[in-house]
Amino acid sequence: MTGKQLLAVDTLTKHFPVRRGLIFPREIGSVRAVDGISLTLQKGETLAVVGESGCGKSTLGRLLLRLIEPTSGSVRFDGIDVLSLDRETLRKLRRRMQMIFQDPFASLHPRLSVRRILSEPIELHLGLSPKDTERRVNELLSVVGLAPYHADRYPHEFSGGQRQRIGIARALSTRPELIVCDEPVSALDVSIQAHVINLLVDLRQQFGLSYIFIAHDLAVVRHIADRIAVMYLGEIVEIGDKYAVTASPRHPYTRALLSAVPRAEAGRERRTIAQGDVPSPLNPPSGCRFHPRCPYAEARCRAETPQARTLEDGRQVACHRQDEIPPWPAAGGAGIDPVVRRRLQVLATAAKAKPAAA
Amino acid sequence: MSVLVQEKPDTSVQATATPLLSVDGLKTYFKTSGGLFKAVDGVSFSVEAGKTLAIVGESGCGKSVTAMSIMRLVPEPPGETVAGSIRYAGDELIGKSRREIEDLRGAEISMIFQEPMTSLNPVARVGAQIAEGLKRHKGMTDAQARERAIEMLRLVRIPSPETRVDEFPHQMSGGMRQRVMIAIALACDPKLLIADEPTTALDVTIQAQILELLRSLQDKLKTAIILITHDLGVVAENAHRVVVMYAGRVVETAPVDAIFSDAQHPYTLGLLASVPRFDDDAERLLTIPGSVPHPAHMPAGCRFSPRCTLATSKCTAEEPPLRSVASGHEVACWLAPIEKHGS
Repeated sequence: MTGKQLLAVDTLTKHFPVRRGLIFPREIGSVRAVDGISLTLQKGETLAVVGESGCGKSTLGRLLLRLIEPTSGSVRFDGIDVLSLDRETLRKLRRRMQMIFQDPFASLHPRLSVRRILSEPIELHLGLSPKDTERRVNELLSVVGLAPYHADRYPHEFSGGQRQRIGIARALSTRPELIVCDEPVSALDVSIQAHVINLLVDLRQQFGLSYIFIAHDLAVVRHIADRIAVMYLGEIVEIGDKYAVTASPRHPYTRALLSAVPRAEAGRERRTIAQGDVPSPLNPPSGCRFHPRCPYAEARCRAETPQARTLEDGRQVACHRQDEIPPWPAAGGAGIDPVVRRRLQVLATAAKAKPAAA
Repeated sequence: MSVLVQEKPDTSVQATATPLLSVDGLKTYFKTSGGLFKAVDGVSFSVEAGKTLAIVGESGCGKSVTAMSIMRLVPEPPGETVAGSIRYAGDELIGKSRREIEDLRGAEISMIFQEPMTSLNPVARVGAQIAEGLKRHKGMTDAQARERAIEMLRLVRIPSPETRVDEFPHQMSGGMRQRVMIAIALACDPKLLIADEPTTALDVTIQAQILELLRSLQDKLKTAIILITHDLGVVAENAHRVVVMYAGRVVETAPVDAIFSDAQHPYTLGLLASVPRFDDDAERLLTIPGSVPHPAHMPAGCRFSPRCTLATSKCTAEEPPLRSVASGHEVACWLAPIEKHGS
């Protein structure tokens, strides 16, 4: 990490108008998908954005790349005001910021060969000769763990994990600095998920990438990210270092999310379960948006919107009662059982001795 | 939100009575243009009354087809249960007529699915959908069935059940729909509930609510549950026994604690290591090399052998049978316990 700021987002807002009426549509309100979000990303850093469906995390990802236009706010990428750019300059900037999607089947053109899928952005952005493009395609395939002969196949010929590798190769094709990963592993089986997570970690190191990693799985996020932002109904309720956020969550919603993750770990007797459903972002609750589901809510929470406050450890929490709620019990888990760990060691040693198995 | 002491399933009770359901040597194959798919190929396990058995595995391992075979919901053709025995309360289900199975379905054995929106009827009120089984199996009148439907909605903790009973599925949230599914499934007091990835489509806070609901209903109603899932965390918090499936076969079965403290099969170990943990800061996740075999081209010998870093010539030639390694703990691996074979 160089400590240089790559991305600065200030009070970014996206309201989707909701219209009713077929012939004379009129606006009956708006979905406040992203509502005044500010954050920064350093070069080489991974910031995870977590939250449940409808919290606005995917909309945020699309806003950062200006795939959709925000209602207000600003996005600066490497000092450039992304929102003021004309089409042509924006297109050029897109080379430096790419995206990986959740469903690798829906995001790859079914009628294009992998070669076309990968060479199109190379031709468009890098302007390489056909020969160099060819070389670059092969290089990209090997970087994501595929073989040169895969280039002439079509997306449907690949498994889900392989398709996600193609999606990653495509994102890498333009030599980007920032990749927004939108739930890149949630559609994959656990063993495949582990491969893709390891690949993303390796690539970050190899190419000095920065990630915005959008996900709902806190264990995955804690593994891959440096910092975590927790979103609820369009707002960030807590953001900070991943160890601080997961070991001593301060916002009641972060706590509810963490307690809800089912775990194969000992020492987890107590948990809090958030009651009820996520309210509609069309008509979010007054005051703190989490108050109807919060066990600590009081009159102030219903009336006033809490402002984010920075704690000693640098994290920001938007909760009126963050100093009054009981401390979070220390984690009780002791890691993988020693017997299991020894057996895993045996498998890992054998894997090194016999790499052909892969 | 409620703060509660999480009840850890009691794993101390051992198999003494005859199990509620025992599946033995089940084989369900699909004849397709791509060849014969042996989706379930010799699967055996049993479920005890009032207990939860989890079937764990990744896509294509045959866990859902196993459940469908028990309910006789496998589309025939192309599917067919070609061998094996499914005994429910001592009674053989294979060979029973369609009609006899329909009498059991919903009344004795019920099922809930991953996606409540596609398994609920979109044009029927939820009350009517709960009442259907009650009228069919319990001979209730419309009024009695409606009364019971409201009671069931209250049981699955749907707020204001008297008004919700007349709503349509689309008027409800995903979590609420899954509660309705559970209400339908449990309305006739079945002794066995098969839950196929019941919370996979739900957000984590809603998943936690639904799983907690299933645990408390099991306590109250003493329903046995077959929980089909890919999530080992869900297994740890909800199951008494675990069956791990790979490529249509059972590779390991054990009481839940043993799966986490004494996992033996290299596939089970790989699954455990593939998931990031909150109490471990490994730089890299351990991964299982390769991918699942194509169902028409199963490898010879142990089906996991092409992906197993320890595989020997015996492993690629002969299929290992399930053998007991501890009380109630069986594993299908020639090399278990594998630490004997490590360097």
